[in-house]
Amino acid sequence: MKLEEARRLLKPKAEDALKKPAPHGLDLNLSVFKLETGFATGVEGSERILESVGIDLRERNRSGSYYQVDNRAVYTSARQSGLTVKPLSEALKDSENLDYYWKAVSVDTDKYTATAFLGEKEGYFIKVENGVNVETPVQACLLLRTPGLIQAPHNIVVVGENSKLHVITGCAAMREEAGLHIGISEFYVKKGGTLTFTMIHSWGKAIHVRPRTVAHVEEDGVFISHYVNTSPVSSLQTHPTTHLNGKGSRAHLSSIIIGRGTSHIDVGGTMELGAPACSGEIISRTIGFDKSVTIARARVVGRAPSVKGHVECRGLLLSNESRIDAIPELEARVQDVQLTHEAAIGRIAEEELIYLMARGFTEEEARSIIVRGFLSVELTGLPENLAKYLENILDRLAASL
Amino acid sequence: MLYLKNLVVELGGKTVIKGIDLQVNRGDLALLMGPNGSGKSTLLHAIVGDKRCRVVSGSLLFDGRELVGLTMEERVRLGLGLGFQFPPRLKGVRLRGLALRILEKRGLPRDEAERVLEEYSRLLRMESLLDKDFNVGFSGGEAKRAELMLTLVQNPRLLLLDEPDSGVDVENLALMGSAISRYLSSNGRAAILITHTGYIAKHVKASEAHVMIDGRIVCSGDAGEMVSNIMEHGFEACVNCRRAKR
Repeated sequence: MKLEEARRLLKPKAEDALKKPAPHGLDLNLSVFKLETGFATGVEGSERILESVGIDLRERNRSGSYYQVDNRAVYTSARQSGLTVKPLSEALKDSENLDYYWKAVSVDTDKYTATAFLGEKEGYFIKVENGVNVETPVQACLLLRTPGLIQAPHNIVVVGENSKLHVITGCAAMREEAGLHIGISEFYVKKGGTLTFTMIHSWGKAIHVRPRTVAHVEEDGVFISHYVNTSPVSSLQTHPTTHLNGKGSRAHLSSIIIGRGTSHIDVGGTMELGAPACSGEIISRTIGFDKSVTIARARVVGRAPSVKGHVECRGLLLSNESRIDAIPELEARVQDVQLTHEAAIGRIAEEELIYLMARGFTEEEARSIIVRGFLSVELTGLPENLAKYLENILDRLAASL
Repeated sequence: MLYLKNLVVELGGKTVIKGIDLQVNRGDLALLMGPNGSGKSTLLHAIVGDKRCRVVSGSLLFDGRELVGLTMEERVRLGLGLGFQFPPRLKGVRLRGLALRILEKRGLPRDEAERVLEEYSRLLRMESLLDKDFNVGFSGGEAKRAELMLTLVQNPRLLLLDEPDSGVDVENLALMGSAISRYLSSNGRAAILITHTGYIAKHVKASEAHVMIDGRIVCSGDAGEMVSNIMEHGFEACVNCRRAKR
């Protein structure tokens, strides 16, 4: 089958879904945005903001890179054999890769997926052949430059059998004007493979963000995702789904969400424990500042025997005008599943502040120590320098709040 | 070094310290004893400037300088350090990182801070706990040693220790006692140590002891003599003695 044919078959479904709102989050009027190719040049002038979302333009400690500005791929590299990093448009010239094309994410999920499909321009395609361990991360940068634009990258990541890959994706906007980012991401982890996916978002208070992500994990595969949202956004809604399809497969999803300004954030995740002995957890830390609204959802579904799932949603409310909802959901469909959750929302305890002030810290320093502690999630699975980098980002974030 | 004059302190709207006079000189180690609820902890918290403990009247002089009105941070900078009876658990805050921040707050460069931390963690056998979240899952004895370590790395000239010995086994009592003694052997340092049981008294060389009952110091004297009397007769004896004096 050719790409044109695959698209022709999907098109009617997408067209039917163009008005279909997402079940969660603010509903956006898409007619005010344009889906065009956008800015003509590269990432020049954005070094600092990209550095803050984990992108090293000098590619130190990186196995490969993909840079996209608006809806155009501007640079790719792959420095290890068995590793492919390509713009999606190029990868799809190989009809084999169509096996991964809109197979995990449905085009008619909602109007955002439909819009992304119909206007599809670019995205990254990262693939690791069977039995290849890519030790240092591949970095992908998605930069939104042109005001009023819909940036709709379609990304596909395939990790072969018994292979290992780390991806760090940094997403940022260069301007304060309105824009919309719809990132479609399809992840495939084959038997015995491991994918760690770290994503850092630094958008801006006028940007709307609607990522749509689905991961499929085969037998004994591991999918680990760490997400950090560091800056205000106008609105952010995402609900990635992880399907643990293979026996003994595992997933660990953590997210750190800072609600600032008037941000409206609805983030969640569903984990389908679909095969015997698979296990996973969804961990979230949310902080509410200013007038932000943050809804943290997490849903774990146990569909096979001997599965284990855990949800941990913690919120810290630091403003009376802010709001945090934590909505953990557990669904058991067979006997012999072990599903647990803990959810807690609180404020900074006075006795902790006083304790730290008695250790010689100012009130601000004491607050920042407590906030940094709150943001500490186990950075499972990451190579040391990436974990350290993320720790530094969290240090800076806590100190800046 | 420390001079309290007719100090009255309120906590939660209740007068807890009802007029205390106390003097601690350089080189002193004063034991503060007394039954539960007599105001011992409140006194130490008031000295270090816990805002929940409001000084109603009297004065709190440290090296001749009035402490009332100064923030906790300022008092710590002047050389006060309080080891809490019940320090909080701080999830996500590792003991090592917290200790290093305290040392850096003192102005020590990173490598020097690491050296000092290593020395104290060895002294108090805390090495294996440095990379754990502060007080999360610590045993009673570990929490007391961690608290003593953090107080000592602050390098206070006046060490205020609130029941460092409760819930600590004999071996660790000796360890903590020797760490305290060693710390106080440097010139210009002093300590007030609250002990409920007097156990730690065997392991430190206290210069004197004070007994507090109902917000007042009712008896002061030689530490050894007072501890053995209290161990034998309990605080009831102090109450009776006080009545007799009246």
